[in-house]
Amino acid sequence: MDYIFHIGIIFAIFGILALAQNLVMGMTGLLTIAGAAFYGIGAYVTGILAINFGWNIIPLLIIAPIVAGLIALLVGMVFARFRDDYFMLGTLGFLMIFHTVVRNWESLTGGAYGIAGIPKPHIFGFTFGTPASFVWLTFFCLAIVVTICYFISRSSFGRVLNAIREDEDALKIFGYSTSKYKLIAFVLGGAMSAVSGVLIASYITFIDPNLFSINESILLWAIIILGGISRNRGALLGAFLLITIPEALRFVGFPDEFAALLRQCIYGLLLVVLVLYRPKGIWGIYKL
Amino acid sequence: MGHKLKDKKILIKIFNGMYILETKNLIKSFGGVHAIDHLSINFQKGKITGLVGPNGSGKTTLINVLSGFFPHDSGTVFFSETKRKKIQPKDNQVYNITRTFQQIRLFDKMSVFDNILVILTERDPFLALFERHNEYHLNRAIEILKKIDLYEKRNENAGSISYGQRKLLEIGRVLAMNTNIILFDEPFAGLFPEIIKKIEDIIKELREEGKTIILIEHNMSIIRTLCDHLIVLDAGKLLAEGNPEKVLSEKIVLEAYLGE
Repeated sequence: MDYIFHIGIIFAIFGILALAQNLVMGMTGLLTIAGAAFYGIGAYVTGILAINFGWNIIPLLIIAPIVAGLIALLVGMVFARFRDDYFMLGTLGFLMIFHTVVRNWESLTGGAYGIAGIPKPHIFGFTFGTPASFVWLTFFCLAIVVTICYFISRSSFGRVLNAIREDEDALKIFGYSTSKYKLIAFVLGGAMSAVSGVLIASYITFIDPNLFSINESILLWAIIILGGISRNRGALLGAFLLITIPEALRFVGFPDEFAALLRQCIYGLLLVVLVLYRPKGIWGIYKL
Repeated sequence: MGHKLKDKKILIKIFNGMYILETKNLIKSFGGVHAIDHLSINFQKGKITGLVGPNGSGKTTLINVLSGFFPHDSGTVFFSETKRKKIQPKDNQVYNITRTFQQIRLFDKMSVFDNILVILTERDPFLALFERHNEYHLNRAIEILKKIDLYEKRNENAGSISYGQRKLLEIGRVLAMNTNIILFDEPFAGLFPEIIKKIEDIIKELREEGKTIILIEHNMSIIRTLCDHLIVLDAGKLLAEGNPEKVLSEKIVLEAYLGE
C-alpha cells in the first residue's frame, strides 16, 4: 500500500506543478522552461529554512511561494515583453542561472551535494512521516491549487489570458496592457510551482540540483501537451498518465538503472509522437 | 500639453470642437518607402468620413497608426485637440477609439459570447481577477449579440461560424467598446447584400448616436450611401477631399483611383 501512496504523492506534486505551468504555458501561451527553477526555489527555500531555522510545513508553504513569486516578478518584468521563442530563451537563461547559483553557493545550498536531512513536516504534534500520512498533505495542497486554477480559468482574468494566447496584438487594440496580465500569470505560476518544491523536499528529505534540471521542465511540457494544453483537467490527466505509466516499467523486469533512462526516452518519444499525431493532446483545445 | 491620463479622459468626454481627430505632417515609412507621406488631414466629429484610394495608398497604414498598431515616424496626431506624442493601443479606451481589422482577427477558440464579454472586462488585471460579470455586462453582451444576429450562436467558437458572421462579430466587439471614434477597415468586403445592409444600418445608428466613423471601403455605392465626407489618398498623400459625389467626379481622382 505504501507504494500506491507513494505514486499518489508524486502524482499530486507533479499535478500541482503541471497546473501551475499550464496557467503560464497553456492558458497564456507563454513558452516557458522556468518551471523547474521555481520548483527548485520552493525546495531550496524549504531545505534552507527547515534545516537552519527549524521552520515547519505551514510557514514554508506560505514563504516559499512568496519568495518564488517575488523572483518570478523580477524575472517576468524583463521577460513579459517578449514573446514566443525569445520568451522561451529568456526562461532557459533563468533556469541556467538558477543551476549555477545552487551548484556554486555551497554555504547556502550545499552545492552539488545538495541538502540532506530535511525534517519531515509536522502539524500540531502529528508527523507526516509515512507515505500513508503524507499523501493527505499533498492532496490537500493539490485541492487548494486546483481550486485556485479553476477560479482563475473561470474569471474575467482567465478569459483575457486566453485572448492573449489567441491574438495578443488584436487584444491590445481594445485597451489592454497585456504585459501586466502576462506578468501576473507568470508570477502566479512561479508561486504555485514552489508549493511542489516544498512538498518534494519535505517528502524525500534530500534535494540536489539534479532534481530541478531542464529534464523536469521537459517532463512538464510533456504532461501539459499530453493532457491537453490550456485545460486544468488536461494537466491533471497528463500528470497521472506520465507518473503512473513509467512506474509500470518496474514490473516489466528492467533493472532500476535502465528504467530511469528509459523513462527519459519515453518522455522524449512521447513529445515527438504528440507533436506529429496529436498536437492538441487528449483533452486540449490548442496546439503548441 | 502635459495633461495626466485621467484628466485627458475628462477633456475627451466634454470635447465640443469640430475636428475630433487631426494629423499634421504625419509620416510612416517601411524600409525607406513612405506609406504615409506628410499627411495633414482632419476628421469631423459625428460624421462618417470615407477613406478611399488605390491599393497601397496608405489607408490601412493610417488606421494602424491612429489605433496604435504601428508607431508613426514623425508628425503629430491630435485626439480631441489633445496632442498624442506616442500612440499606444493600451490608451485606446481612454482616447475613445476602436477599430475593426481588414483581415478578421477574432479569438477563434473562444466562444462568440466570450469574444464580446472580453471587451466588457475590467482592463486592470487585479480587478479582472476578482470581477464577477454583473447583470449589466451580461445583458449588454446579450443585447449586442441580438443586434448583430449572433445570439443563437453565442456558445459556438468564433472560428466555427461563417465568414459573414465573423464580420458581424467584429462589429459586435466595436459596439461593446462603445467609443466615440470608430475605424472600420473594409467591413463590407466579401459579404452578401443582407449582411451589408445590416452593417450599413449599424453604422448609420452609430452616427445618429454622435459617433465619429472613419470608413475604408472600395465599394463606391456604399461610400455614396453612407459617407458625409470623403478623403482620397494616393501614395500616402492627400489627393482630394470633400463631398463624396463631388470628389468622385474629380478628374484627378478618376485618374489615380479608377484608372480612367
